[in-house]
Amino acid sequence: MDVSSGDLNAPHSMGTTIIGVTYDGGVVLGADSRTSTGMYVANRASDKITQLTDNVYICRSGSAADSQIVSDYVRYYLHQHTIQLGQPSTVKVAANLVRLISYNNKNMLQTGLIVGGWDKYEGGKIYGIPLGGTILELPFTIGGSGSSYLYGFFDQAWKEGMTQEEAEQLVVKAVSLAIARDGASGGVVRTVTINKDGASRKFYPGDTLPLWHEELAPQDSLLDILSSASPEPMIC
Amino acid sequence: MNVADSAPAMNNLIGSDADSQRTLYPYVTGTSVVGIKYKDGILLAADMGDYLACHDSGSYGSTLRYKTVERMKSVGKHSIIGASGEISDFQEIMRYLDELILYDNMWDDGNSFGPKEVHNYLTRVMYNRRNKFNPLWNSLVLGGVKNGQKYLGTVNMIGVHYEDNHVATGFGNHLSRPILRDEWHENLTFEEGVKLLEKCMRVLLYRDRSAVNKLQIAKITEEGVTISQPYSLKTFWNFAAFQNPTVGAEGSW
Repeated sequence: MDVSSGDLNAPHSMGTTIIGVTYDGGVVLGADSRTSTGMYVANRASDKITQLTDNVYICRSGSAADSQIVSDYVRYYLHQHTIQLGQPSTVKVAANLVRLISYNNKNMLQTGLIVGGWDKYEGGKIYGIPLGGTILELPFTIGGSGSSYLYGFFDQAWKEGMTQEEAEQLVVKAVSLAIARDGASGGVVRTVTINKDGASRKFYPGDTLPLWHEELAPQDSLLDILSSASPEPMIC
Repeated sequence: MNVADSAPAMNNLIGSDADSQRTLYPYVTGTSVVGIKYKDGILLAADMGDYLACHDSGSYGSTLRYKTVERMKSVGKHSIIGASGEISDFQEIMRYLDELILYDNMWDDGNSFGPKEVHNYLTRVMYNRRNKFNPLWNSLVLGGVKNGQKYLGTVNMIGVHYEDNHVATGFGNHLSRPILRDEWHENLTFEEGVKLLEKCMRVLLYRDRSAVNKLQIAKITEEGVTISQPYSLKTFWNFAAFQNPTVGAEGSW
């Protein structure tokens, strides 16, 4: 399989795994960190969880450019809305602004988004806004190419009323599983937890994630294995 | 309008404005809606599944994405709408209808739009979008009761519209309507109506790949609208012919 140089000019796409989950008191947003240009990983440590306001964040997937521009527009509108309203915007307003742009430009945009946040009226809320501009308020949602591998996982592992720790662990485990199977997802796992106390970012580097089927514990070098192992470590 | 052409992004570099203003294909879609008239009003049935179409490079197929989408909603005091097709377009249609009803209420003249008026409005919206080659990608069922008069109609993305005693969208046209032609009659009771709709929905569950076993039934009468909570139907697989269908002809199906 040869890799043509034309691949380097392919549009930046975030293959991606993105997740949004509500828990008792707030929401947890999670994502991987790989941005690819065709077969090349243009950025191995991207931040796909973008801030819209102090209390609302958005997970971006699909075209990097499209998702960035939609976020930028919504951040701009929300800023003005907050000034005019005199108090923090609700998650619902943020999500509906995203929907407006996604729906009205559906022919030109290729981005799936998850909006999550906390406001004093409704508490923690997650909104899924897939391609086409449908808006759905859900207890949890997944997106991006890596999400294909997580439908079964969430069918089994999701439950209502989790604690913050349970929700964060679930999200990290899920993104990590998707990274293991989806070529377009990789790098580190980033999470943002949003509740009444605000938003807090966490960072889980690849080497702190659990190992899955057929993955091996990373070593510094073969030489370490040779020196510590028994007489026949080299397989003939 | 060749869907196999270059991705939407490339269209903007090469194509004209006209090209970027058409809906190419639906992304998140719901399947059949079935509706019947009965003694006291109208009954509608639809499942709650939505599929995400996978059209990316080379892959083919669909994923059952959302299992809690309500595809039936009340419109004003006298009508109820059920939609199949692209959900984002249905959500937009609901915005148009909510605005229509709002303006109607603002007249404050004692009159209110009945199902016939709403159906006519929808037909105009759908047909005019079709003429601009930018359709709302839905098939709709519109039913209601006003002043004792029952009404049941349908309209789809190209503007085809009609009313009848029983209607269906999508696969429902092929699988449910023959059943309804045989078994529907005037003055069905509520129980008979529900059983008939369930018979239709069960066949759809067996034979429509995009059907999902989680449905709702909506009822509208002079008194108002009720939409049932979601529930699932039993299915039947215990037939002798299903046990060993390929005995004597291995490899066949």
